[in-house]
Amino acid sequence: MFAYAVRRLGSAIPTLLIIITIAFFMMRLAPGGPFDRERQLPPEIEANILKAYNLDKPVHEQYLIYLGNILKGDFGPSYKYLDFTVTDLIVAGFPVSLRLGLMAITLAMLIGITAGTIAALKQNSAFDYMVMGVAMTGIAIPNFVMAPILALVFGVYLSWLPVAGWGGGALQYQILPVITLALPQIAYIARLTRGSMVETMNSNFIRTARAKGLAEKIVVVRHALKGGLLPVISYLGPATAAVITGSVVIESIFDVPGIGRYFVNGALNRDYPVVMGVVIFYAVLIMALNLIVDLIYGFLDPRVKVE
Amino acid sequence: MKGKQWIKLSGVRNAFYATCMFALITAGSAFAGGTLRVATMGEPASLDPHKVSGTWENYVVGDMFLGLTTENPKAEAVPGVAESWTISDDLKTYTFKLRKTNWSDGTPFTANDFVYSMQRILLPETAAEYASLLYVIEGAEEINSGKAAPETLGVTALDDYTLQVQLVGPAPYFLDLLTHYTAYPVPRHVIEKVGNDWTKPENMVVNGPYKLVEWLPNTHVKLTKNEQYYDAGNVSLDNLTFYTQEDRAAVQKRFRAGEIDVAMDFASDQIDWLRENLPNETRIAPYLGVYYYPMNTSVPPFDDIRVRQALSLSVNREAIVDRVLKTGEIAAYSFVPPGVSYYEKPAEVEWKDMPYPERVKKAKALLAEAGFNKDNPLKLTLRYNTSENHKRVAVAVQSMWKQIGVEAQLHNSEVKVHYADLKQGDFQVARAAWIADYNDAQNFLYLLETRTGANNYGRYSNEKFDSLMQQAEVTADLKKRAEMLYQAEAQAMADQPVIPIYHYVSKNLVSQKVDGFVDNAKDIHRWRYITIKE
Repeated sequence: MFAYAVRRLGSAIPTLLIIITIAFFMMRLAPGGPFDRERQLPPEIEANILKAYNLDKPVHEQYLIYLGNILKGDFGPSYKYLDFTVTDLIVAGFPVSLRLGLMAITLAMLIGITAGTIAALKQNSAFDYMVMGVAMTGIAIPNFVMAPILALVFGVYLSWLPVAGWGGGALQYQILPVITLALPQIAYIARLTRGSMVETMNSNFIRTARAKGLAEKIVVVRHALKGGLLPVISYLGPATAAVITGSVVIESIFDVPGIGRYFVNGALNRDYPVVMGVVIFYAVLIMALNLIVDLIYGFLDPRVKVE
Repeated sequence: MKGKQWIKLSGVRNAFYATCMFALITAGSAFAGGTLRVATMGEPASLDPHKVSGTWENYVVGDMFLGLTTENPKAEAVPGVAESWTISDDLKTYTFKLRKTNWSDGTPFTANDFVYSMQRILLPETAAEYASLLYVIEGAEEINSGKAAPETLGVTALDDYTLQVQLVGPAPYFLDLLTHYTAYPVPRHVIEKVGNDWTKPENMVVNGPYKLVEWLPNTHVKLTKNEQYYDAGNVSLDNLTFYTQEDRAAVQKRFRAGEIDVAMDFASDQIDWLRENLPNETRIAPYLGVYYYPMNTSVPPFDDIRVRQALSLSVNREAIVDRVLKTGEIAAYSFVPPGVSYYEKPAEVEWKDMPYPERVKKAKALLAEAGFNKDNPLKLTLRYNTSENHKRVAVAVQSMWKQIGVEAQLHNSEVKVHYADLKQGDFQVARAAWIADYNDAQNFLYLLETRTGANNYGRYSNEKFDSLMQQAEVTADLKKRAEMLYQAEAQAMADQPVIPIYHYVSKNLVSQKVDGFVDNAKDIHRWRYITIKE
């Protein structure tokens, strides 16, 4: 398994290089540059700025400079947040996104798997329809609708929780963002769990387990869940990556200092180093999480061997 | 023994408590103290005053640094670090007498700090976006283009507390310009030691009323009172927190929930609700800015004055401000907004008072003269950058043009693309706007000068206009100067290279417990004058 992990990591390097190259040149193809704005800069000032950021050099040269810098661990300064480097921004923002994301995905797993399993066991019952109905709604309502509604109800009308802000990471500031992040995930996980559990409960090895005279509880928990959760586990890899890297909508509405907004805002601002830094960071994170998921698969499913 | 000691101690303790209470009460009456929470509607690009270029940063850095002059609550220039000054007869030499003050780390502040700072912002390697604002100082432009050494700048320290500034021409707005952040001093003794990290909380040294405590990117900037500030005794608030969130709807909710005391620039579409529910908190005031549509005079048919006139005549400004925007904006018939210093009344288009139906008739006639009719309608593309308001205005204008037979296609693009296109002259008619850097008509009219280059989007070029502007630049007599600027504007309004649509208003939400917030044309508010009522 160790060898497998090392091999996977080895193949990640060329993948990463391809991602960096594509992202770098795609970014430059977009019309408009980082310093185009309402107030056009006098030519001599524009020249000063372009020179300060090496943007006066040909693109391929900039690319080589960039590669050289990231090998040294230097992701460059942000063009928009001039007092911070890309590394500063990610280091400040990621722990926040990670914390919110892990809370959200844990919440989503607890509620989603439980609700999905019960729904599967009570297939076509009122409870099943209710869970699936709520889950469908959860998937259909986008977070930019859900977030303001929650803020209005719990923040403005009821005054139970702050409308927005971070408050140094105090718990009451995290509740609404975590719920908003978790809701669609709960819905997805509940639906996935139900679907796969329904299938598993009808499979031969469950019938065998029952034939052995095992209690239904043991059949479900020890036998069915293990197999039934496989699709959920593979979904959790990318889902975790998605929630721990933050969400531009949730961060903007709740004013959370995570890294989700850097991807979108970086692109809109043509803040090349920030976009590149975030792309690389996401790529590494997703590759790592996928590797972890594959390793977990090996434990859960005896048919899969990671070697 | 033990019991006795306890009695003694409790006596001391009671006395201590009483003293504390007394201190608290007396302090409370002398200084209101407290924290003001302001939503700035934008993340600062930097806290280095030489590196910022937005209005939202001004709310933060403007209370961290103090220029030679500074703003009073009405945003008029008043003495800052300079306690007095003399101006030569030709209005080109300013000699400032400085107060004896300290930086926030206790280092004495001298005239050399200004010499260093003004040279620094102009150095090409500083790459300051806004350096051109100081081009009125002798040698500035040459230094900024790398053609001259920084020492050639016309800013000299005659002694530790006397500073002399030499201008290239008389600039009646100069004292007002000195309140701008480009003219703030920065601490040489810190920057030379720690370089770009000087704006980090552990390093940052300032000379204004508040100093940096914490800056969490994309969340907040926290400042606390600088006890070294020369006028600290008159500063009421102990702390300032700036929330940089840009989502206006969310900020408005936070304001309603009492989490924010002052929210700058609320969303226009909220005006009906705000007027009804928060009438005392909703503050709207004229603002020195113009919203306009430049036409690209370098491409046909917009090189034809009749076409430009027709397009401008048929825009019903009143309908736009009253029915589309509804926030009290002022219909614009001139390029310069009303209320600019040393400029009595802007030069308006001569057809301002013509009834709208007549204007439409005239516009049609002009278009017909220019060769456009039913069979050969004028087709154009109107560009605007993504924003709900820009879209609403564009749709309204499109339908106004339709009645004179113009088929306008709307083209919307994100802001970077929009301005890149404008810069390259790749447009026919487009949306643009200008907010004054300093209170002077020249700051608007120079946008129409040939030499201005990229910011003159429509490439308007008129010899008479250019020569009037250049004469005004060297005229020391303020009345004559105003007259020249007026004539220049009149010329531009006759040629109509731009369609002025409306003059801006500032739109802020100010809590009832905030005292000392004065609406003003520059929408600049220095928090050092604010007190909070409990």
